[in-house]
This record gives sequence, C-alpha cells and structure tokens, in this order.
Amino acid sequence: MGKRRYSVVDIIIYAVLTLGTVLCLLPVLNMVAISLSETSAAATGTVYLWPKKFTLASYQKLLSEANFFSSFMVSVKRVLATLLVAMPITITMAYALSKEKKYYRERNVVMWLAVITMMFNGGLIPTYITIKNYGMINNFWVLVIPGALNVWNMIIMMNYFRSIPHELEEAAMIDGAGAWRVLVRVFLPISLPTLATITLFTVVNSWNDFFTGLVYITKTAQYPLQTYIRSLTVKIDFTSMNPAQLIERMKVSSITFNAAKIVVSMIPVMIVYPFLQRYFVSGLVMGSVKG
Amino acid sequence: MKIWKGGARVRNKKSEWAYRLMTLPGLLLLVLFCYVPMGGIIMAFENYVPSRGILGSEWVGLENFRYLFSMPDVSQVIGNTVIIAVSKMVLGIAVPVAFAILLNEVCSVGFRRVVQTIVYLPNFISWVILGTIFQQMFSANGLVNTFVQSLGFEAIPFLSSGPIFRALVILTDCWKGFGFGTIVYLAAILSISPDLYEAATIDGANRFQRILHVTLPGMLSTIVLMGTLSLGNVLNAGFDQIFNMYNIMVYDYADIIDTYVYRIGLISMQYSLSTAVNLFKSVVSCGLTATAYIMASKFANYRIF
Repeated sequence: MGKRRYSVVDIIIYAVLTLGTVLCLLPVLNMVAISLSETSAAATGTVYLWPKKFTLASYQKLLSEANFFSSFMVSVKRVLATLLVAMPITITMAYALSKEKKYYRERNVVMWLAVITMMFNGGLIPTYITIKNYGMINNFWVLVIPGALNVWNMIIMMNYFRSIPHELEEAAMIDGAGAWRVLVRVFLPISLPTLATITLFTVVNSWNDFFTGLVYITKTAQYPLQTYIRSLTVKIDFTSMNPAQLIERMKVSSITFNAAKIVVSMIPVMIVYPFLQRYFVSGLVMGSVKG
Repeated sequence: MKIWKGGARVRNKKSEWAYRLMTLPGLLLLVLFCYVPMGGIIMAFENYVPSRGILGSEWVGLENFRYLFSMPDVSQVIGNTVIIAVSKMVLGIAVPVAFAILLNEVCSVGFRRVVQTIVYLPNFISWVILGTIFQQMFSANGLVNTFVQSLGFEAIPFLSSGPIFRALVILTDCWKGFGFGTIVYLAAILSISPDLYEAATIDGANRFQRILHVTLPGMLSTIVLMGTLSLGNVLNAGFDQIFNMYNIMVYDYADIIDTYVYRIGLISMQYSLSTAVNLFKSVVSCGLTATAYIMASKFANYRIF
C-alpha cells in the first residue's frame, strides 16, 4: 500500500478502533478513579474517569487490613509454587509427547489420556470427595497441585516443539547428548516465545482462580486473593432480601474501599503482562493455530 | 552413516526411557486428580449418602436422570446455557474478525501494536474482579445508569431484568474475549500474500472490494477452524462469569448448567443429582468436541494433538 492521504474512511476506522480500545480500558480506569475518590462522591455514581474529591484514604485503610494482606501473600506464594511445579511438569511432558510414536511407543496412549481430561471430568462432587480423601482440604497445596498440569498449555508447548526441525536434535544426539540435555540445551533456548506465553498463562490462571479457594479452603485467613475479594461482594444473602434491599446493600457496601482492593489485586498481572506481551503474538500463534 | 544408525538405536532405547520418565509426573497428576474422581461418577446412578460412601449407597439406576428431565428447572437451565453459549460463540467470531480487518487497514504499526496490547488486556482480569466492577457500573445508581438518567431516560434494570441481564452477560463476555480473537485473525490476515492485494488493486478493486475478495477469503480457513473448535463449548456458557455476576432475580434467564450443578451440589447438597447433571453435560460436550475435531481435521487439515 503506497502513501496516501487520510480519507474519511481512514478517520472512521481510526475512530472505531480507538473507541473499541478505550472501551477496554474504561471499567479499569473507572475503578482506579473510584478508589481515589471520597466515599460520599463515589456512592452517587458520578465518578467517571477522574477522581472526585481526591483522597488516598482507601489505600491507607487498606494498609491496616490484615485479611487482605494475608490473602495477597497466599496468592503470591501460590503463583510462585505453581510456576515451580507446573512449568517443569508441563515442559517435560510436552517434549516427550512431541516425539513420534516410533521413538516413544506409548505416546498416543498418553496423549489420549491427557486429551480426554479436557473434555470429560468427574464433576464437582466426585472431585471434592477425592480431594477430601487425599486430606487436602484447607491445605495450601490444594491451590497448586491439582491444577499443576494444564493440558491446553502442554499442547501449545508440544506443538511448538514439534515445529523445531529434526536436524537440530539429530545433530545434538550425534554429539552424544541424551534426551534431557537436548531438551534443556537445544529446545528450551529456542522456545522462549512459547515459554513466555505459557508462563504468562500459568501466572494469570493461578492468580485469577477463585473457585479452588472457594470450594477447598474454608478458613478465611487462608483464602487466596480472588476468593477473598469475592467473599467481600457476595456476603449479601440473596435468598432473604427483596430486590430493593439488595440494591441498597450494593450501594452502601464500601465502594471506594473495595475499589482500592480491586486495583491492588490487578497490579501483579498488569506488571507481568507488558513484559511477556511482546513474545505473545508469535508464541501463541505458532503454538496454537498453525499447529 | 552406518555409525550413526547404530548409535541411534542405542540412543533410542535410552531416550525412550527418558521420555517415559518425563511424562510420568504429568500422568500421575492426571490419574490422581482427573481419573480417580471419574470413578465417583457412579454416584449419578445412586442415591448417594456421604456416611455410606460411594460403594455402600443405594443403586437407583437411571432414576436421577428421569427425575432431572422431569424438572422444569432443568430444561430451562439447559435452554439458558445453549442460548448464552451460542450467542457468545457468534459474537466471539464476528467482533474479532471485524476488529482485525479494521486494524489491518491501519498503516501505522505503532498504533496497531498499542491497540492489540490494550484490547487483549481484559482477558487477564479475573471474573471475580470484573463481576464486581460490572455489578457496580450497571447497578441502579451506578456509572451507566447515572449517565443514562442524565440524558433524560429512565434507569435501565441491568441486573434485575432477566433478558437485559442475559444480554449484558453476552456483551461483557465479548468485551473480555475479543482481544484474543483479534490477535489470531490479524495473524491470519498478515499471512495473506501482498501480491494478491497488488493484483486486486491493479484490477481496479477499491478498498471495500479488496476486503471482500482478498482479506475475507484469506482468513476464511482460520474463521472456520476457530468456529469449529468452539463447537465443543455449546454447553459451556462460562461459569466464572455468571457465577460472579448473577443474582436470584435473574435465575430464570441466566442460570446455566454449571451454576446449577454448583448450587444443587454444594449448597442444597443433592450430590447424586448434581453429579448426574454434570455427567449429562460432560457426555454431550464430549460428543460435540469430538465431532468438532473430526470436522476440523477433515475440512481444515488441522491436527491439534
């Protein structure tokens, strides 16, 4: 496409794209603005993108909220533990399954076993009973271990390994390298985009998951952050209130304070995202779509 | 050459054991946390009582299923699930395709990158947080209704009117997810050969015609592929989202299989019934997903595993 002057169509396109983009940021910016406003101003619903009666009171209050910080730390520990456990398991499994059947005879059986779990599961109650039998209720590791192998991430990684030319591996093997060394020294260094992608997915999934905490953790102090935040907003008892009361409750619950909690809980993901984002497009597209 | 072959055979045996070892931890997790619970599905055919355990509870055969399908709740829940899921699928293709096409029409690479980065961002915010944000924004005196009222209209009951809430669920899901689709479709567009565009321009095609006759056909295989792969989700209407956004006033329109399973299972403690509903969902989803993959491999030559 040669150089041309901006036409009306161009302007419309830019406008639509800008609108779509702004729309994506709007709710988040609104939350930030509310968290920096005074409660009285926020409760009227007139805080848009700029704080009204600017104050840091909510954040100051947050500093003395013990439950928030214990949950925050549970989530941080959980993400780190999940990375340490999940990445090696996912990578090694992906590498082994990237081999053809003639090099690894049980490959297809294992692959099917993994794929079936994506489509079929025991369901909530049987899983709950199983975890309970393992004695993992209220145990920190229930937040890490059961979800450590994400089959979807494993497949993305495997598809990338598969796209690496065989010659590289053969050359390394002729030089005397075993499977482990080939994986660590040859495959991993050239898989950085895909590694970054599944790292990001792993971090975000484990940071954002509230359900495991909700079902398997019963002590508030051990809640991961998302479960804690959910417990703030859903302490309303839906069954015993009429609609008018409900709406009233939603209004009076400390809007600015909750907004501050939400903003802080978004920070870690916002920090990780831009760093890994540049690998993203290539990592994702290579792994999942082109296969 | 001869040396290599011999060497390779020795290596192969050794590396095959290495591969087995590499799969072992993952396989162990699958067995412990996916396959062992599947044994518990038996309770869908029992009148499960926790004190008696899975093996000691009374066997009732298909009674739970018969009861389920006679309940008016269930057909409504299945209907809601399908309506919400299919609407999400359709929007989930149309919006990103349109957005990617528009994005491709922009010449500035910097602008493109910034837009792509920002629209993908909502994907990374949890539904717990978004649920809280949306409940606040769309409440009776939240941001949106304050704005609507300032224009002189009546407040819109986003969170208490079933049909409006359902639309809200579908639109906010699209809002959260369209960034991913945009990345995938833009990649598809960028892989179209520039020669085709040049040829079309020489033939006198204007911008709109180029989109219609070059861009769209060029990304068609990706669209078909993404569409087919999403078929398996017809009964997945998005637990996390609805669980974090709904309330009792909109159950009629927004209660889906997964939220229903959760409520009758963990809240009303009807374990067998809950497991039966989930089994029904799993079987149907499994069939749909299998069909989708077979179609994908047939029509798009796509092999996922």
